[in-house]
Amino acid sequence: MVSSPAPDRKAAIEVCHLTKRYNGVVAVDDISFEVRAGEFFGFLGPNGAGKTTTVRMLTGIIRADGGSALVMGFPAGSLKAKQMASVVPEMANAYTDLSAWDNLMLMADLYSIPARTAKERARELLHTIGLLERKDSQVRAYSRGMRQRLILAMALISDPEVLFLDEPTSGLDVQSSRLIKELLLKLNRAGKTIFLTTHDMDEANQLCHRVAIINKGKLIAINAPEQLKLTASRRHSVEVSFANSIHPSTLATLPGVSDVQRLGDKYRLFTSAPGEVAAAVVSLAHAHGFKIISLNTLTPSLEDAFLALTEEAKHA
Amino acid sequence: MPEHALVWQQLRRLLVIALKDIRIYYSKGPVVVFGVLFPVFLFLAFSIGRELTIDFMMPGLIGMVLFFTATSISPVVVPWESQARTLERLMSCPLRLETIIAGDIFASFLFGTAISLVPIIAALALGVTVSSPVLFGLAVLLASLCFAALGNIFSVPPSNVPATVNMIAAAVRFPVIFISGIFIPLQQLPTWGQWIAYISPLTYFTDIARGCIQGEAHLPLVVDFALLLAFTIVFLVLAMRLHHRTMPRRL
Repeated sequence: MVSSPAPDRKAAIEVCHLTKRYNGVVAVDDISFEVRAGEFFGFLGPNGAGKTTTVRMLTGIIRADGGSALVMGFPAGSLKAKQMASVVPEMANAYTDLSAWDNLMLMADLYSIPARTAKERARELLHTIGLLERKDSQVRAYSRGMRQRLILAMALISDPEVLFLDEPTSGLDVQSSRLIKELLLKLNRAGKTIFLTTHDMDEANQLCHRVAIINKGKLIAINAPEQLKLTASRRHSVEVSFANSIHPSTLATLPGVSDVQRLGDKYRLFTSAPGEVAAAVVSLAHAHGFKIISLNTLTPSLEDAFLALTEEAKHA
Repeated sequence: MPEHALVWQQLRRLLVIALKDIRIYYSKGPVVVFGVLFPVFLFLAFSIGRELTIDFMMPGLIGMVLFFTATSISPVVVPWESQARTLERLMSCPLRLETIIAGDIFASFLFGTAISLVPIIAALALGVTVSSPVLFGLAVLLASLCFAALGNIFSVPPSNVPATVNMIAAAVRFPVIFISGIFIPLQQLPTWGQWIAYISPLTYFTDIARGCIQGEAHLPLVVDFALLLAFTIVFLVLAMRLHHRTMPRRL
């Protein structure tokens, strides 16, 4: 369970009317939001929504065409803002000809971290990410998961106040993914501000205090995950599995059911009254002699909220 | 942070970039060997069979080695880093773009200077005398910086394919050695040939080297130095400004 940041803490990231165009196409369209210091902030959106472009503007890799952004009170992209923040890009980008240790020392030198402090931090980080024994191997011999863990360590060697992560667990093995998530939670508990872009709803739900949803460059929602789920209240459902074969149209005729989906050996009945529908399913089973294997009522997930909001935006 | 502290901080980080480049791109056996052998063989291909004195040959050979080595790797460092997405990492660090570019140029300068010591030592071993070692040394350093900056300009087009950049570099590097008084001294060129020679910075280094070794510079040394310095400043400024313009299309 994540702990909430103190509401009175000052903003770590302030974004005001930020805009970016590529060849006349608007990639990020006049977005504004604020991330509080110590907050774990999720930035969700489908592929091509503008998540990476936003992170690149906030970390000074590219320049905005309009609007402004501050990181820890300094203009995004300025040397002071960069000194206080670090980024874990989506694609691993350590120097593959260097060892993990040398990559960490290079980053420490670029942030002017004193050698002694850098060595202590590097050893501790390599231990945490499970690469201490392989610290002298060239990175080209590392797996994708090992590289991504190293990239995270490279971002942390400067002990940044704000950490930007762009899809850090995308395509990783379960072990690396879990290790990164645990480390992020630990960092957040220690007071670091985390800005995480992802399209993994479970990840955002588990980790973030608040999430923003971006679609086609526009910010369409920003709230706590549980609050966002309320926007998809029509997506309550009842999930039932029968021992017998049953046609979905039989379930669709039950009172209060708005839609039926078959998911493997289960049926998902969407409704705004899950309790009544569950009772109706039991009655139906008694009446027809069906044997129920499992019956669950489900509340809307963050994914449901995400789909509902992006669908709404599409029809707006 | 006061301005002077900021400058020192960026200078230290420039050195970090340069050392990283040397370690990753320059300190490889084939790069070093090729850096010496290629210009030597090219020079021999055009000088063997001609009755040339060692005093005439060595300034040209030193100039060629310096020019080829200082412009050999610098054109491809930025495309390599862009392709490997390490450039994106550097751009997110507290570095000015100028610091990254100057670091790349400095690494190339160190490589060019170090490799040029090979023909210089060979020339001294063969009995060549340098009348003004200090002036000659200054010329080597200035020319190395000038050529390193020129090499970096070749990487300005926002292509992440090193072969494309190498093609652009080759299209400039090869003609330059034929118009810079290396195989034919400036004084033996026709007037139109001399005017073409004056557009090459290598001409001025070769002329200084001939002045220091043969005692026969075509232009006054102060003019050679002034023009070599002017080329260096122009190339450095161009490298910084042009990379600023094309970097957004590269990332």
